[in-house]
Amino acid sequence: MILDHITSRFAGRGRSPSANGLSRRSFLQAGAAAGGGLMLSLSLPFANGEAEAADADGFAPNAFIRIEGDGQIVLTMPYVEMGQGTYTSIPMLIAEELEVDLKQVQLEHAPPNEKLYGNPLIGGVQATGNSNAIRAAWQPLRQAGAIARTMLVSAAAKRWNVDPTSCRPQSGEVFHAPTGRRIKYGELAADAARLPVPENVALKQPKDFKVIGTPAKRLDAPAKVNGTAVYGIDVRPPGVKVATLAQSPVFGGRVKNVDDAAAKAVKGVRQIVRLDDAVAVVADHMGAAKKGMAALVIEWDDGPHAKLDTDDILHELERATQNPGAVAQNIGDIDRGMASAATKVEATYQVPFLAHATMEPMNCTVHVRKDGCEVWVGNQVLARAQAAAAKTAGLPLDKVVVHNHLIGGGFGRRLEIDGVIRAVEIAKHVDGPVKVVWTREEDIQHDMYRPCFFDRISAGLDEKGKPVAWNHRFAGSSIIARWLPPAFNNGLDPDTTEGAIDLTYALPNMRVEYLRVEPPGIPTAFWRSVGPSHNVFVTESFMDELAAAAKQDPVAYRRALLDKAPRAEAVLKLAAEKAGWGQPLPKGIGRGVSIQFVFGTYMAQVAEVEVSRDGAVRVRRVVCAVDCGTVINPDTVRAQIQSAIIFGVTAALYGEITLKDGRVEQTNFDTYQILRMNEAPAIEVHIVQSPESPGGMGEAGTSLIAPAVTNAIFAATGKRLRKLPIDTTALKQRA
Amino acid sequence: MANTIKVNGTAHNVDVDGDTPLLWVLRDVLGMTGTKFGCGMALCGACTVHVDGVASRSCITPVDSIGTSEITTIEAIGATAAGAKIQKSWLDREVVQCGYCQSGQIMSASALLASNPHPTDSDIDDAMSGNICRCGTYVRIREAIKQAAQSNRQGG
Repeated sequence: MILDHITSRFAGRGRSPSANGLSRRSFLQAGAAAGGGLMLSLSLPFANGEAEAADADGFAPNAFIRIEGDGQIVLTMPYVEMGQGTYTSIPMLIAEELEVDLKQVQLEHAPPNEKLYGNPLIGGVQATGNSNAIRAAWQPLRQAGAIARTMLVSAAAKRWNVDPTSCRPQSGEVFHAPTGRRIKYGELAADAARLPVPENVALKQPKDFKVIGTPAKRLDAPAKVNGTAVYGIDVRPPGVKVATLAQSPVFGGRVKNVDDAAAKAVKGVRQIVRLDDAVAVVADHMGAAKKGMAALVIEWDDGPHAKLDTDDILHELERATQNPGAVAQNIGDIDRGMASAATKVEATYQVPFLAHATMEPMNCTVHVRKDGCEVWVGNQVLARAQAAAAKTAGLPLDKVVVHNHLIGGGFGRRLEIDGVIRAVEIAKHVDGPVKVVWTREEDIQHDMYRPCFFDRISAGLDEKGKPVAWNHRFAGSSIIARWLPPAFNNGLDPDTTEGAIDLTYALPNMRVEYLRVEPPGIPTAFWRSVGPSHNVFVTESFMDELAAAAKQDPVAYRRALLDKAPRAEAVLKLAAEKAGWGQPLPKGIGRGVSIQFVFGTYMAQVAEVEVSRDGAVRVRRVVCAVDCGTVINPDTVRAQIQSAIIFGVTAALYGEITLKDGRVEQTNFDTYQILRMNEAPAIEVHIVQSPESPGGMGEAGTSLIAPAVTNAIFAATGKRLRKLPIDTTALKQRA
Repeated sequence: MANTIKVNGTAHNVDVDGDTPLLWVLRDVLGMTGTKFGCGMALCGACTVHVDGVASRSCITPVDSIGTSEITTIEAIGATAAGAKIQKSWLDREVVQCGYCQSGQIMSASALLASNPHPTDSDIDDAMSGNICRCGTYVRIREAIKQAAQSNRQGG
């Protein structure tokens, strides 16, 4: 798993990783808040290197809980909301232990500060991603809530001169049952702030949870149904101009010549900004900016990638896999395992480049002045955004203010800062604030893409059909090598291999090799479900091939390999049962199954897919069983799985970015299709109750659906698809 | 040239080219940012508003084509009976995730419900398939529309 790999790499210079026994001294301090309340400062484990972040006491807080005199509880936290429900589920952890109503907890977004808000699970980078907000916050935030609760009870007991054990915290106040007295937290906050922080505080038992595990309403929903929610693209600082841009259609190309006479004549156009590799039209409104852009005549120097073609890139990957790669997994002895096999199965797979296509197109508003710079953006890596803006504007970091806003879809796209850099480059030439808005075409053609991969995979089966050897080698881009270089070591990174090296199956001999091959000129980036988005398609399709080669039922075949993975077996059994696995289906309809353990979550899916005579594919129904450990908000879990499945079906059916003559061929939602209402499958989610620590939920559903769908197509048609997206012409039946 | 348009009951004079899409007049000139930009080609529905009650894609609606028609946006849809029901069912069913497309979804759903108080699944497909949601909230959108229609049945 990416987290384990990355965190173990950084644990050496971070604080104690002990999950069940966080030392209080190492992670929490309490004191008076400005204005008189109680302030708890927390240091989440694994944050940036201790030395650089710690204060004189060796303490480096990165999250804050303030209990104010009026009883309001304010949580300052380093995560951003982009639809995944974090702004609701994180406060639930505090509300639970503090014994307050969720409504009493208010959330403030932390300003960019890598030292203070570095996410412990992403190597200390201030980022929301990798499905890990809840996983990072789960222990420390509950512990902080419990400490605050204990201090408030102590303050009440002291005031009443009674034994603290006779006092009970409930609904934001302390209640003394013997005398019926009660006092609100707000009135106790200042007293509590003067008390010592208790050493050992017990967390609530799961059976006593009142908030965790309940379907709490999303706190951000009301503003999102009446048009008042403010996304990055909605900001309007006084005097703001709107710009749109054309970047070199070939990555690495340059502007050769610009004829802007006609553009300048467009009503509302104020300025044309020419950069080395892009041109922007600045106007009073986006309508004028777009009209001006259409009137611009730009001549490009296409540069070294003018002949780049996706087929060539894939051939290069295919060639690379003919040679050994870095060994990512090595169990038993693959050669002996293969030699002992009764039969051998081998195949090659490939997956394409993918765009993010967030509904909110890329945008960033910037005001560059001589003495400072302001940035308004919705971004998942605020500290990086600030640093990039400072560097581009040529200003010290402390002269750059970043205002973060709601994100209209992240999916990995807003873990990047290319848009911020571009907007600052443009804003440097503009007097006053300018909002730079990418058209959908620019957004799709200048994305940073989920890499394409080529996979070579083989297995040896014994005489009963059981796999005794598993040999998997693949080539493609490493995003980590660029995004977090220290986590790329010996030719390997923990993301690219997640889902390939950590199968839940018992495989006595297993070898996985990875070859890093970067596509020339094409920027690659994280995309919802990252490494597993590629690997799980390959491994779960191939497992289906093995079941077919062994002439066994795909569910039964998998279950026989899960003796040592009871949680995996339980989700597989549940999904199969709920989907009616084995029950007859009409001709042309098939069921496919897939299972995985990624992001700390066990999941199984069964897809029911119809293939018509003309090859058209319709995903009718998806049944998903999930064991994500302790569930904080079951409704969020369901919502995220529904969302992730639709996202994954979209990619499986339609998702593909191709280049010809160095240019991305897709432009808008007509050529980069997104699943629509009339195509959306019915989705059933079944949650396994579990006392384990929470697993990630934002992405797991995406990686698992493609193989479930292609395995269902195999069941319906006998045709095995080893390449995404699904090629419907290959499924067409001859008349 | 100056165009006069009536938005949510208020007349506005806007000094833009007549072929300027209504979307940019709403967002950038009038500052009503609830209506969203998604594609600019009527492919995604994020920019949906009502023109005389009919769901229309404002990104391809030239401002000079509107004439005296009444424009209603997400900012005022709650004042209509159908819009209020849709907004309520959206909250009851926890439809939203990132929320960016939801203004458009709600405008399309409100227009559907206003003209067809008891839509079938197929009616919902027809009315809503022009609205893309990248977070994949379709399952809940369908449930929410049905819930709002149910309240019609109950005379609510």
